[in-house]
Amino acid sequence: MSYQPHTSEDVDRMLASLGLDDVDQLFEPIPAELRAPAGLDLPRPHAEQEVAAELARLAGRNRHLDELTCFLGAGVYDHYVPAAVWYLAGRGEFATSYTPYQPEMSQGVLQALFEYQTLVSELTGLEVSNASLYDGASAVAEAATMAVAATRRSELLVSAAVAPRVRELLDTYSQGLDIKLVEVGALDGHTDLEEARGKAGDQTAAVLLAQPNFFGVVEDVRAAAELAHGVGARLLVTFDPLSAGLLEPPGRLGADIVVGEGQTLGNHPNFGGPAFGFLACRPEDVRRLPGRLVGETVDTSGRRGYVLTLQAREQHIRREKATSNICTNQTLNAIAAAVYLSWLGPTGLEELGELCLRLARYAADRLAAIPGVSLAFPDQPFVKEFVVRLPADPAEVCRRLVDRGLLGGLPLAGLAPGLADGLLVAVTERRTKADVDRLAEATAAVLADLRGEAGTRGDLGGAPAGGGKPGGGAAGAGDGRRDGEEVAR
Amino acid sequence: MTSTATTGAGGGRVPVEAIPWAAGRPDAAAERLIFERSSPGRRASTTPDPGDLPEVSDDALPAWARRTAPVRLPEVSERDLVRHYTRLAHRNYAVDLGFYPLGSCTMKYNPKVAEAAAALPGFARLHPAQPAEQVQGALELLARLEHALCELTGLAAATFQPAAGAHGELTGLLLIRAHHEARNDPRRRVVIPDAAHGTNPASVRLAGFEVTTVASSPEGLVDLGSLEAALGEDVAAFMITNPNTLGLFERNIARVAELVHGVGGQLYYDGANFNAILGKARPGDMGFDVVHLNLHKTFATPHGGGGPGAGPLVVAEHLADYLPAPVVVRDGDGYRWESDRPKSIGRVHGWNGNFGILVRAFAYLLANGGDGLRGVAERAVLNANYLLGRLEAAYQLGYPSKPVMHEFVLSARRQKARGARGLDVAKALIDRGFHPPTVYFPLIVEEALMVEPTETESVETLDAFADAMLEIAAQAEADAHPLHQAPVTAPVGRLDEARAARTLVARWHPPSEQDQAGSDPDDQGPPDKPTS
Repeated sequence: MSYQPHTSEDVDRMLASLGLDDVDQLFEPIPAELRAPAGLDLPRPHAEQEVAAELARLAGRNRHLDELTCFLGAGVYDHYVPAAVWYLAGRGEFATSYTPYQPEMSQGVLQALFEYQTLVSELTGLEVSNASLYDGASAVAEAATMAVAATRRSELLVSAAVAPRVRELLDTYSQGLDIKLVEVGALDGHTDLEEARGKAGDQTAAVLLAQPNFFGVVEDVRAAAELAHGVGARLLVTFDPLSAGLLEPPGRLGADIVVGEGQTLGNHPNFGGPAFGFLACRPEDVRRLPGRLVGETVDTSGRRGYVLTLQAREQHIRREKATSNICTNQTLNAIAAAVYLSWLGPTGLEELGELCLRLARYAADRLAAIPGVSLAFPDQPFVKEFVVRLPADPAEVCRRLVDRGLLGGLPLAGLAPGLADGLLVAVTERRTKADVDRLAEATAAVLADLRGEAGTRGDLGGAPAGGGKPGGGAAGAGDGRRDGEEVAR
Repeated sequence: MTSTATTGAGGGRVPVEAIPWAAGRPDAAAERLIFERSSPGRRASTTPDPGDLPEVSDDALPAWARRTAPVRLPEVSERDLVRHYTRLAHRNYAVDLGFYPLGSCTMKYNPKVAEAAAALPGFARLHPAQPAEQVQGALELLARLEHALCELTGLAAATFQPAAGAHGELTGLLLIRAHHEARNDPRRRVVIPDAAHGTNPASVRLAGFEVTTVASSPEGLVDLGSLEAALGEDVAAFMITNPNTLGLFERNIARVAELVHGVGGQLYYDGANFNAILGKARPGDMGFDVVHLNLHKTFATPHGGGGPGAGPLVVAEHLADYLPAPVVVRDGDGYRWESDRPKSIGRVHGWNGNFGILVRAFAYLLANGGDGLRGVAERAVLNANYLLGRLEAAYQLGYPSKPVMHEFVLSARRQKARGARGLDVAKALIDRGFHPPTVYFPLIVEEALMVEPTETESVETLDAFADAMLEIAAQAEADAHPLHQAPVTAPVGRLDEARAARTLVARWHPPSEQDQAGSDPDDQGPPDKPTS
């Protein structure tokens, strides 16, 4: 199967116009000894229906979220994606265009991105949003780079209540940058601001925390901002934008750079990507902004139009002095977010937030009522995600819940110190009260089974080994899986 | 306008109707912002009825955390929403509408079977933290795609975490950094040619290296003398695109590899132009140690208005241990994630990269197969040389080397002398129904017009484009003035980019706040010098 329209007659005539008789003559600049060997181990060509069948076969070997009832979150959430979102964002005019280098024929993408930037500005409470980054984790690294450049300092105080995957990425990026990461511990599920105060000083470029944080707990952003500003540092917050229906935007509480993962805004989980990262900042930091930025202007007749602007920040103009190396970003996913937020509207956003909160609260109460199960941080506010402690190994419990059609959450062993018995549970508006009841009943049944088995064997059975690897393992969720497999052996 | 393609090889066929895509379309007229369509109380969304779900007490969320002002999202009906974004779509040009010869971007046709595959719930509705036993199909896909990319590049192992080419560059450079540090031989500099993509030097800086630039030879290739002079024991790597950004294959690449390896450096392949040699030649055989591929270019995944892409990194055996963890490994009859990789540089993406793009790339791989991919390179190179043959009498070739590979760089020097710059040629193409080539890149060609036709265009399309380019050249010769007015058929005319940068308006404000809109970035003091 081929996507090349050339007939053999076309090829002959085109070659003839070049005075050639074989297309291989055009490859003469490649020395013979550098030609690819014959017999590369590659698939044979397939007819379209064969391609479709093979992909359907592979997809069929995955257990997806239409089949399992999902209480798993940890940064990617099973929110409802309205039908209009990808009906519109998936249109060929958006999907098969490229970066709007020629603005006169790219007004659709440019205006959609301008709307996106406005929406992100509203959700974050900061004036300027760029046109998207790769994902929420890399957006944190870009924000850190901005803060270091802005303050000419090199230390970043990173809350231990920021997702391990994000901290691992920061650690990777810091290998090439002049950034020193200093961890600030978590206390009762939230960032220990007293510890942060002790560690902040005149070398602190920024303080980083997550809102809500990795444990689902709502942080006191205003207090963190006062602390950061007190030592002349920036406050960076990685924010779940969909929580803006309930929570005050971090920018209005003093955060200077707000970033986050945009998956919750109309993007499917996609096994982790594509979704997008967003980044918003104050006007005084706009010269340090990474990536594309769309600005409003007029054409020669005075008509309103949109262009990529402040390009002197970017790699294709500034080269090694650019604010970032990013070129291709996640525009289409950002356009989907603009469609989604316009579909939702202000009332929909608030209703959705309230519904998630009610469902999550109900789930927390139902789970905590199971004997031996407790909320890890009972006094802390949350909006859709929380940690429960289980009297058995959470990975084993989750494995058994899958047999009952449920994804119970993320086992925290190896991801957070002192939480080897912790399970991170997320509840979105796609769950119903009946789903929550089912989760609670299934969890109780699984725990009873495990207790029974332990009694029979006379050992502790699925009891947690305790003391997971501190500080997060090498691969975040990968570790969670490995722990699950170890238990399963 | 209708091209008659009188001089082209496609003569005798039905000519291509190259219609300025927006001309005369009422729905391409100005479209208000979605916020300006808003009416208080209108909505598209519906929220499920909570039923008998218990209410939460007011203290479930303390007052200090709660939002204090309404979220100003647009208030529109679903009909408004659909009309608005459909009208915006109509104001946008795309590969699905016509020829898009944007050099270096490989704007080829994007097969729809790949879209259908990526939308399957078994891929789109997978959570990235699901345990391996639940996602065996996804892991198999990744493992098979990795194997194919290793075969095509002649290298040993890959990571799929990088979300785009520049992300792959940074990952590759961090790997190279780790390699040198593990040998207790830390290095300071990375050498790149002056024709390199802007992402190369930017990535070099982010990876903590300094940039050394080497000039191109008069033939438009790496100048071996300059390279040798630039190399030293402190060089971590030489980074190059091959074919290079002039569309020329670096004939001396084996010698380049010898020189770079001779000082202990690593050779980095920027895969932006891999389309030209797909299945025909392999970077690994040329001596490259690290390759990033742009699957959104070479493997025909849609560019999405600027993204998402996918920039997997493929490396030689001696660098495999440094790849970001986790990696997919075979485990009996199945697959699992391997996280215990002590030498890994760590994560560069929150999860598994742009998996949905990898699904599309895998579908493209299967559809074409090995033979088809070789055909991709052959037709891409044939199309470029054919089109160059039609244009070179009217436009000067930037560097006089031929044959070119998948793209070529013209200079509008001659037209500039008659009063029409490269930009004017580009804008005039819009009125003739085509997306312009990349303009003003690479920087080493004056008034550069970088043309990449790709393999998915027919000879009739190439002829119609050539006719338009020749007509513009003739117009420049006769009277350049009308070209300065172009475009006149697009939804807007030329836009004032200087004004956009001078008075930054990066978001919409409600009318009540509009005096506050438009901050002057220059009021914030001079632009910062980058820190070093």
